[in-house]
Amino acid sequence: MNKSNKQAGAGSSGTSRRERTIDIVNKRLEKRYRKEKRFRLYGMLSIIASVLFLAFLLTSIVSNGYSAFWQTYIKLDVQLDPDMIDKEDPGRSNYQGIIKQAIGAYYPEVKDRKERRELYSLFSSGAAFQLRDEVLKNPAVVGTTLSLWVLADDDVDMLMKGHIKRNVPENERRLNDKQLQWIAKLEAGKRIEERFNTTFFTAGDSREPELAGIWGAVKGSFYTMLVTLALSFPIGIAAAVYLEEFAPKNLATDFIEVNINNLAAVPSIVFGLLGLAVFLNFFGMPRSTPLVGGIVLMLMTLPTIIIASRAALKAVPPSIREAAFGVGSSKLQVVTSHVLPLALPGMLTGTIIGMAQALGETAPLLMIGMVAFIVDIPGGFTDPAAVMPVQIYLWADSPERAFVERTSAAIMVLLAFLISMNALAVVMRKRFERRW
Amino acid sequence: MKKTVTLAALLLLLTGSLSVIGCGPKADQAAKDGQQTGQTGEEAQVARDYISIVGSSTVYPFATVVAEQFGKTTDFKTPKIESTGSGGGFKLFSAGVGVEHPDITNASRRIKKSECEKCAENGVTEVVEIKIGYDGIVMANSKSVEPFNLSRKDIFLALAKDVPNPSGAEGELVPNPYKTWKDVNPELPETKIEVLGPPPTSGTRDAFVELAMETGAKEFAWIKALKKEDKDKFKQISHTVREDGAYIEAGENDNLIVQKLDANPNALGIFGFSFLDQNTDKIQGAFIDGVKPTFSAISDGSYVLSRPLFFYVKEAHVGKIPGMREYLAEFTSEKAWGDEGYLTEKGLIPMPKEEREKYATVAEELISISCDKL
Repeated sequence: MNKSNKQAGAGSSGTSRRERTIDIVNKRLEKRYRKEKRFRLYGMLSIIASVLFLAFLLTSIVSNGYSAFWQTYIKLDVQLDPDMIDKEDPGRSNYQGIIKQAIGAYYPEVKDRKERRELYSLFSSGAAFQLRDEVLKNPAVVGTTLSLWVLADDDVDMLMKGHIKRNVPENERRLNDKQLQWIAKLEAGKRIEERFNTTFFTAGDSREPELAGIWGAVKGSFYTMLVTLALSFPIGIAAAVYLEEFAPKNLATDFIEVNINNLAAVPSIVFGLLGLAVFLNFFGMPRSTPLVGGIVLMLMTLPTIIIASRAALKAVPPSIREAAFGVGSSKLQVVTSHVLPLALPGMLTGTIIGMAQALGETAPLLMIGMVAFIVDIPGGFTDPAAVMPVQIYLWADSPERAFVERTSAAIMVLLAFLISMNALAVVMRKRFERRW
Repeated sequence: MKKTVTLAALLLLLTGSLSVIGCGPKADQAAKDGQQTGQTGEEAQVARDYISIVGSSTVYPFATVVAEQFGKTTDFKTPKIESTGSGGGFKLFSAGVGVEHPDITNASRRIKKSECEKCAENGVTEVVEIKIGYDGIVMANSKSVEPFNLSRKDIFLALAKDVPNPSGAEGELVPNPYKTWKDVNPELPETKIEVLGPPPTSGTRDAFVELAMETGAKEFAWIKALKKEDKDKFKQISHTVREDGAYIEAGENDNLIVQKLDANPNALGIFGFSFLDQNTDKIQGAFIDGVKPTFSAISDGSYVLSRPLFFYVKEAHVGKIPGMREYLAEFTSEKAWGDEGYLTEKGLIPMPKEEREKYATVAEELISISCDKL
C-alpha cells in the first residue's frame, strides 16, 4: 500500500504538489476509524454474550427453584387422646398412629387397607415428628383436639405446584384418581395451602424432599470455612510478608515463588488426594469432618492468598518505607506499623476471594469422605458434615422430582453466600483502599 | 491509622460473631461426646458414636432412607453414608478393623473372592452378608414415541464395540457397522442408535454389561464356546461398549439422562428402575425379551435385567459402635424391606418372604460368610 502511494506520488510530482504526510494519514483515517469501531463492537458482543449466558443461567435457576421456598401443608384436626400418650416419656408415644387416626377421621369413607395406605401416603412421614414436637413443647395440648398444619408428601406438593399434571392418564402420574379426589376434598375444605418453607432453612439432609433442608450443609460449610480461614489467613500473610519484605533474593526463594504460582493452578482434586494420604491415612484424623475438609481447602486457598498479599505489599510505595527508615524505624517496625496496615485491604480482598472459591469446591472433599448423606446437623469441627456444593450435588442426583426445585433453591442460597462474600471484598477495598 | 483501627475492630467483630454462632451446640456436643468415650478400649483413636457406611451408589438411595428412619426413631445418631461405588466401598471396608474404617459397605453385586481375602488379610475376618432385595435396570425412551421392544441380542449387537460379521462368517469380528436399530433387527424402527448410559466406573454399567450384553453375546454359539476356551477374549467381546458416539456416557446423574430423553425422543437411556418409577409421565421402559419393566415383573424374575443388592457388615464392630444391631434390625424389618415397606416406595424390589426371613436371621445372629464358598 505504502509503496504504491509513493509511486503515485512520484509520478504526479511534475504537475501537482508532492503528497503530504497529512494526506496519507487522512486517507487512512476512515479505515482506522472503522477498525476501532469493529474492535469496540467485538468487545461489546463478548460482553453481551456473557451477560446473556449469565441471565440464562440465573433465570433457569430461579425459575426452577423459587417454588422450593414454598411447601404444601395440610390442616389436620388431631385428637390427642391422653391414653395414646406415654406419660413417663411423651416423646416415645406412637405419634404415627395418632396422625393416621386423625387422617382416618377426616376420610371415614376410606376403609380398604390398600386405599388407606394410599391415603396416608398423601401426608409426609414427618407429620408424626411435627406432632411430637408440638406435644413436647406444650404438654397441655394432651386431651384436646389440636388443629395442626402438617407437611404434605412431596408428590402432593409437586401436584399443588403444577409439576405433576392432573389431566394426564392415571398411570402416567404418581398420584392416582382416588388420591386426586381426596386432595380435592382438602381443597374444598380450605385445608391445604402453600406456606413459606421454613424446613428448608432449618433442617439437615433427608431422603424425603419435604423434610430436606440446607441448614446442615450451611453449618458444615461454616465450620469448614472457619478452619480454612483460621489457618490460611495467618499462614498466607506471614508467608507473603516474609517473601516480599525479608527474604533474600536467591535461587531458593525463586524456586519457592515458582512453586506457589504453580500450586495456584493445580486441579483441586489433587489437594483431596493429598488430604486423604496425609491427614486421614498418616495422621489418622477423622473422616468426613470439617476439620480435615478445612485443612484441605486451606492448602487450596493458600497460593491465592499469598499471591494476592504479595501484590498488595508490592503496591505500597517505597517512599513509605524510606520515610519510616528515615525516622529511625527498625525493619520490623516498618513492616508492622506502616507497610502491613496499608497492604491489609488488598490482602483481605485476596483472602475473601480465596475463601469464596473454597466455599464452592467439592472435588477435594470427595476424597476425604465429605460427599456423604448426613442427616444430623453438625455441632462441631469433628462431627461428620457435608458442605453446600456437596448438598447440591447429592440432591441433583436424587430420583424424587421435588429435589429438582430444591437443588436450584440450594444453588440460590450458595450464590447468595458467594455474592455477599464478594460484596464484602468490594466494600472493604472501597472503604480502606488508599491511592497514591 | 484510624482506619486501621476500624479495620481491626471489624475483623475482630467478624471472627467474634462467627464463633458465637458456632459455640452454642458445641458445648452440648462436648457433653454428649464425653458420655460416649468410655468404650473405645485399647484403640487410642477418637471414639465414633455414629455408624459409618460406604459403598454402592445403587444401594445408597435405600440405605439412606433406612438410616434416616433409624436416626429419627431411635436415640442413636443418624449413620453417615458415602456413595463410593461397590468396588470403592469394599476397598475402604477391607482396610481393617477400628473406628477409622467403615462398619458397613453397600454393594450392587456380591463380594468377590479377592475382596473377601483382602478383608481377612487385614484382620476383618468376620463379615456378614445381607441381601436386601433387587434392582431393575431399565432402558427407557421418551413417552412421545413408541416403546422399544428389544432382545438382549439386539442390545449386544447395537452396543458392542466389535460384533460378529453380519455375513455370518464364524469367528470373525468387525467393528460395529450398525447405524440404526433397523440395521440390527429389521423389526425395530429406523431410528439412529443413540443410547445414554452410565460411565464404566458405575455399578449400573457393570451390571448392564453383564446381564444384557454378555447374555446377548452368548446367542452366538461360537462366542459362547469361547467362554470356556478363552475367557479374556470372551470378556473383551461381550463387555466392550462401542466408542463411536452411539453410546453416550452421560455421567452418573440419572436425572440428567431423564431430562435428555425427554428432549430427544430418538434416544434410549439406561438407569435404575427407581428413576423410571419416579418419571412415568415422561419416559417409558423398553420391553426386554418381551417383558415390560414393572414392579411385579422384576420381583418375580420375569424381567431379566435385574440384580440383587447387598450390604456387608463388619462383625468386629458390632457392640463397639453404638446402634449397629439396631440398624440391622431396622433394615431387615418388614416395615422397611417388606412387600409394603417404605423401601418399596423408593423403588426397591423386595425379596420373596422366605428369603427375607433367611436374611433377617442372618442379621440377627450375625452369621458370617466364608471366602472359600464365593
